[in-house]
Amino acid sequence: MRQPVNGGVNDFAIKLANVNGTGSASANSLLMQAVFRMGIPVSGKNLFPSNIQGLPTWYEIRVNKDGHTARALDYDLMVAMNAQTYERDVHEVRSGGFLLYDSSWPLDPSLLRGDVTLLGVPLARMCNEAFGNPRERILLKNIAYAGSLVAALNIDMGIVEDLLAEKFAGKKKLIDANRHALDLGYGYAKKHFECPLPFHLEKMDANSDKILIDGNTAAALGCLYAGATVAAWYPITPATSVMDAFKSLCEKYRRDPVTGKNNYLIIQAEDELAAMGMVIGAMWNGARAFTSTAGPGISLMNELLGLAYYAEVPVVLIDVQRVGPSTGMPTRTQQGDLMACAYASHGDTKHILLIPQNPAECFEFAVKAFDIAERFQMPVIMMSDLDIGMNDWVVPRLRWDDAYQPDRGSVLDAAVLEKMAKFQRYFSDDEHNVTPRTLPGVHAKGAFLTRGSGHNKYGVYTEVPDEYQEVVDRLARKHKASAEFVPKPEIWRREGARLGIVTLGGCGPAVTEAVEILAAQGIEADYMRVRAFPFDASVQAFLYDHDFSYIVEQNRDAQLRSLLTLETCVPKDRLRSILVYGGFPLSAKHVVDRIVEDVQR
Amino acid sequence: MPSIVKPSATHPSLQRNALGMTIRDYEGSMSTLCAGCGHDSVTAAIVRALWEISAKPHMIAKMSGIGCSSKTPAYFVNGAHGFNSAHGRMPPIATGANAANRELTYIGISGDGDSLSIGLGHLCHAIRRNVRMTYIIENNGVYGLTKGQFSASADVGSKSKRGEANRMAPIDPVELGLSIGATFLARSFSGDKEQLVPILKAAIAHRGFALVDVISPCVTFNDHAGSTKSYLHTRQHQIKATETDFVPAATEVLAHIEQEGVTSVTMHDGSVVRFTATPKGYDPTDRRAVVTYLHERESEGEIVTGLLYLDETVGDVHEMNQTPETALARVPYEKLCPGAAELDRMQAEFR
Repeated sequence: MRQPVNGGVNDFAIKLANVNGTGSASANSLLMQAVFRMGIPVSGKNLFPSNIQGLPTWYEIRVNKDGHTARALDYDLMVAMNAQTYERDVHEVRSGGFLLYDSSWPLDPSLLRGDVTLLGVPLARMCNEAFGNPRERILLKNIAYAGSLVAALNIDMGIVEDLLAEKFAGKKKLIDANRHALDLGYGYAKKHFECPLPFHLEKMDANSDKILIDGNTAAALGCLYAGATVAAWYPITPATSVMDAFKSLCEKYRRDPVTGKNNYLIIQAEDELAAMGMVIGAMWNGARAFTSTAGPGISLMNELLGLAYYAEVPVVLIDVQRVGPSTGMPTRTQQGDLMACAYASHGDTKHILLIPQNPAECFEFAVKAFDIAERFQMPVIMMSDLDIGMNDWVVPRLRWDDAYQPDRGSVLDAAVLEKMAKFQRYFSDDEHNVTPRTLPGVHAKGAFLTRGSGHNKYGVYTEVPDEYQEVVDRLARKHKASAEFVPKPEIWRREGARLGIVTLGGCGPAVTEAVEILAAQGIEADYMRVRAFPFDASVQAFLYDHDFSYIVEQNRDAQLRSLLTLETCVPKDRLRSILVYGGFPLSAKHVVDRIVEDVQR
Repeated sequence: MPSIVKPSATHPSLQRNALGMTIRDYEGSMSTLCAGCGHDSVTAAIVRALWEISAKPHMIAKMSGIGCSSKTPAYFVNGAHGFNSAHGRMPPIATGANAANRELTYIGISGDGDSLSIGLGHLCHAIRRNVRMTYIIENNGVYGLTKGQFSASADVGSKSKRGEANRMAPIDPVELGLSIGATFLARSFSGDKEQLVPILKAAIAHRGFALVDVISPCVTFNDHAGSTKSYLHTRQHQIKATETDFVPAATEVLAHIEQEGVTSVTMHDGSVVRFTATPKGYDPTDRRAVVTYLHERESEGEIVTGLLYLDETVGDVHEMNQTPETALARVPYEKLCPGAAELDRMQAEFR
């Protein structure tokens, strides 16, 4: 793991411990955004409670000039603004680190630690003296500590002022109040501490072609660009902001300038089951439609995912995973829905999963999800998670190819139907085991009765074993065939590596960092990030190429490992699990510590 | 849902509608329901209504859930698209289908188990959204396919075939609809095609969600003495609050004489529904009066039928959301994608 830094320019982590509902989130993301604009690789992780006001909340900012911005596990600086959590917060500071606290009141003895330097700033006192309104005092206390950090970390004050001006555009009173609070904190720190601290920021140029975006916004943007016109959803953390973003994008880009009509329809459903039903109905009718949800919604949608699978209706579902089972921890992250989604619903069912690692892939995969769902006429589930979905990530600028045309799959138009003797829904499959479909209202000859009950290849009700099996066997082959079309795994090989490390989704950045740290310690490992299910042949090949592989994932039951054992021929004992599932994003340290320990043994 | 093909021979003397089609062209496969099932009469009424209004078969979408009633889409208009979905889930599927393509005529067929138990929540919200569709509940008070359990519409005191009495209050879809903003509520009887056909035609012309509750006796499990959803009981207790006369938009209304007790409502598409109210002063557009009247009659054990409530002033889900007049599914992709240049521009905000 990263050694304590000397100087530590552009390589450190800070953690801010706050009380939720006090306005700290906007001050913290302001800081993160300022670092981003200074051109330095950065990440911000919001570790928040399922609550509106009063519970502990943390925000972590990691800065790393080499671009490693997975979650850090020790902190150079703690901003301790929540007396409820002083005790645990002070323990998370690395030896030789710093702790900034509000010195308006006598020092709480729990904050004392011999090897940590205390930075007391009388934030409450300064704000109470400067501002009259009680709510304003609370909110601006956060901006005041941000001001102290601007001084301590050498953040560019001009950038911070620009950000405030953009945020409160046109609201001079607010800008003035914020600037004042910022100056209070900044001035106090300059006067009383040696600024900047040994670890601090210096401008770089790593972000000129990067953006700062959360995965839910990026996914919504993907749905907009893919041409989705119908969306149905039920409010749920952490997926709600997918639809919030989609709505605001549609309001901006989907109102017909001539007619004033809305080229979209978003329906807030009565529950997730209904949301899935609406997507099925809309896709059946030829619109691109999607829904977004989290684990509890997946449980409800199981029923209709089976219908879509069996009746061969395309579906796009974005699962922003959170900690389960049951209500679990709604504001914490996990990769616990993998098995539930891969085989969702009763009977023999298998779905297509696309597994992005960051917001950039959320955008790319959201578009792909529609193409693949329509080509294979089956549900495609994009497996995002809370960390990807709700945190702002620095990712390469999104690109769009204007030559893109939606892949609507095999759909018979009126001209083709006119010439057909008779249309039969599940007949004459192509090389990918897909049979042409028709859309209602297109042509009289295209009419048929879609059903979730037993049917034969003509689309007619059946209870005959062979006729039933013929259809479901083709469905299994169709699912398998989709492996050619889904995103290939990301594989990085190192000279002489006999060890494999396999991971998925948002674990990617932490695991790639771990691979480098391990290499520096003489442990060479190849890296594979699985990006979809069904697995492409290269997934099995990678596993066979290594004596054994570590499977790193964020759930208790090793669900990726289970899927790999079920869907490849690799013996179970060649796959070892590294599981981190407490609800916070993965750190490279989790992976390195475990593998080093194993190797030493 | 076995589909037994019917012989296709058509007698040349059969009448033809505006599309030149005979009523046989609106039929479906042979029903596999029990002989005498009320649902088959409802199917026949649907066939007649669709034929009479000259609906284009391939512009009809037949939607259903699961149950005896939900099988019936196979028994009418073979040339229509259909979706026989999952138990209780037809309302959301129909909602999504309607969202994507508002140009089709949606005929939803459900039963009392499908709509009033497992799918009750979905039904309520489809009503609230005023999704434009005809939603028929073939109501027999009993689960047929699973052999005779009481449904949520079984009346208190109604006896099962084995003599067991239901003690729980029934859910009445018409009263439910009145309480949650339904815009078209009708009740009829499968044995009364004269009444049902014009109601169905008006329901199809309605600009929103049209709920048609049809008492449709189950000959196998709920047609005995002691049942309140039997043929005999319904015939003895049915009263007609209104007689409906449906005048299609294209028809010139000649000698339109204002009669006492006649209410005319012009539908959104220009067609006219004329009610002749039997009880003096019954006004099917006055929600409060309708509620009061239904409560009074039902406390006397009477089954009030007819087009009972109509509100043609409220927009449907598309009007509420200001979507285009034509199907969203047909909006060209070029109109939907903001393009590469715009993506570049908007990303200036993500910094």
